[in-house]
Amino acid sequence: MSCVETIQAYAFRSLGFGERLLPRGEYTLCEHFTLIGSGLIWNVYFGALALLTGFFLAMALAVGKSSPNPLWRKPAEWFIFVFRGSPLFIQFFFAYACFLSLKGVSSFFDPFTSAWLGALVVLFCNTAAYSGEIFYGALLSIPKGDIEAADAYGMTGWNRFRRITFPTMLRLAWPAYTNEAIFLFHATTLVFFSGFPAWRQQGDALYYASYFADKTFNPFVPYPILAFYFILLTLVIISLFGFVNRRLNRHLPQERRAKPRLRISLIR
Amino acid sequence: MFSYCTDPSTLEGLSWLSCYLTTGKHVNLYISVFVVLTLLAITAPVALLFGFGAASAARSKFLPLRWFGKGYTSIVRGVPDIAFFLFFVIALDQAFEWMRHKVKCPDWDQPIRQGIDFVVCDAAKLPLSTSPQWVHETYGFFLAVLTFSIVFGAFAANVLYGAMRAVPRAQIETAEAYGMTHRQAFWRILVPQMWVYALPGLSNLWMVLIKSTPLLFLLGVEDIVYWARELGGTKTARFTDYPHPNWHVWYFAALLVFYLCFTKVSEIVLDRIMTRLTKGQATAAGEAQRKAAA
Repeated sequence: MSCVETIQAYAFRSLGFGERLLPRGEYTLCEHFTLIGSGLIWNVYFGALALLTGFFLAMALAVGKSSPNPLWRKPAEWFIFVFRGSPLFIQFFFAYACFLSLKGVSSFFDPFTSAWLGALVVLFCNTAAYSGEIFYGALLSIPKGDIEAADAYGMTGWNRFRRITFPTMLRLAWPAYTNEAIFLFHATTLVFFSGFPAWRQQGDALYYASYFADKTFNPFVPYPILAFYFILLTLVIISLFGFVNRRLNRHLPQERRAKPRLRISLIR
Repeated sequence: MFSYCTDPSTLEGLSWLSCYLTTGKHVNLYISVFVVLTLLAITAPVALLFGFGAASAARSKFLPLRWFGKGYTSIVRGVPDIAFFLFFVIALDQAFEWMRHKVKCPDWDQPIRQGIDFVVCDAAKLPLSTSPQWVHETYGFFLAVLTFSIVFGAFAANVLYGAMRAVPRAQIETAEAYGMTHRQAFWRILVPQMWVYALPGLSNLWMVLIKSTPLLFLLGVEDIVYWARELGGTKTARFTDYPHPNWHVWYFAALLVFYLCFTKVSEIVLDRIMTRLTKGQATAAGEAQRKAAA
């Protein structure tokens, strides 16, 4: 097969389109690149959706955790503690086992036992907890003067939150949130190693990379390719988040703008 | 385990549970907790050592050494750590076998990689095919520890590199003014002072290390995840005295609670250490402590 044919056959293999059988025997570089790239679709799917939906729960958690009312504060604190204090790997296993037993109760839970929904729910809760903590920290470090100025203008409640608290919080949290987004995408590689079955060998990038490594006993080709894809993905995330960051900071004088700095990672 | 456990079919309630939780396989589960703790106990200092070496290399005046240090610290940033774990386990194993192959069988004329096979001479196999089971298990564990140390060494290097730069420049300048050499200033002034700056990062790293121990399962070590999966699965009456349906939920719930307790205890202990270390330091936290006491 020429490389174009390989791409036609395997580019959407991870979604179930194209050639059914995975390549056999001697693998070409082109097959490596195509299949691992095809698996990357799943990583992007999990990461992007979990990040988008998790953002709203994270906001709710951050506001809840900083609330003086223990009825709001305690649940938020516990949610954040449980999801930040335990390994994501165990969370996946536990959630999968849970969904499996719930499946027996009601057929409503059928889709939850497959990776596209079940793993997404776990990642959603996980990223919500991590970003909730980041936003909570940012809420605490909003300059006192900003709130006082809002009070002086007679802003209260929702109006003050929407115009003053929320934009400032987002601006302060953004560099850390960028970091969180990057490592969320990295965490998506765990999905198919943690109970959730790769139906018809439709897995993510790491699934195919380890497939090649297991078949060829040669880790020096598939894993660097995987690394290449992920570095590319990381660069895309940094530039997207950098764009938002510039927008959030555009009213500030040049030297006070917070630059996003890639910091030490948090494996889950 | 207990004397009344001889006939499980007659047992009820708590006594059944006490017998069930002390079967041979459950004892293996409890032993595997110690496997995890051993991994932590070995990995933490080794990773710290790797990190220290890499951080000092990244500050070196010798260019290739600096490249090595910077390269090592930045590898883990862009790529998922799980990929590194899966990569290093095979790569290290093959690297060891290849080195032994070069030493032990110098007159071997065939290529090492034949198509999709990795072939070394019999004497170079690690562990030797004749060696007992425990050697195989220990070798697997050793590879896992080394892999963890390499990955976490890179994280630690990041933290220590930042900490070395956080020590006020004036301290080094004072040391130089006293006529200390570069090496003396490094060991006598920089290293003792950097720990307080490094501790927040290192304690974060410790939490991350605890939370990454289940990945041992991916590296083929029989750890707690392995045994929880093994024991939680459906057991039929034909193969065991203690038949039960799929109990994965309970086993993984127990693991979840185990890790939550572990991280909570670590958090408390690390907070105490931090309070102790900041005492009398010229940092914001130290100043806050002084004010609170006054």
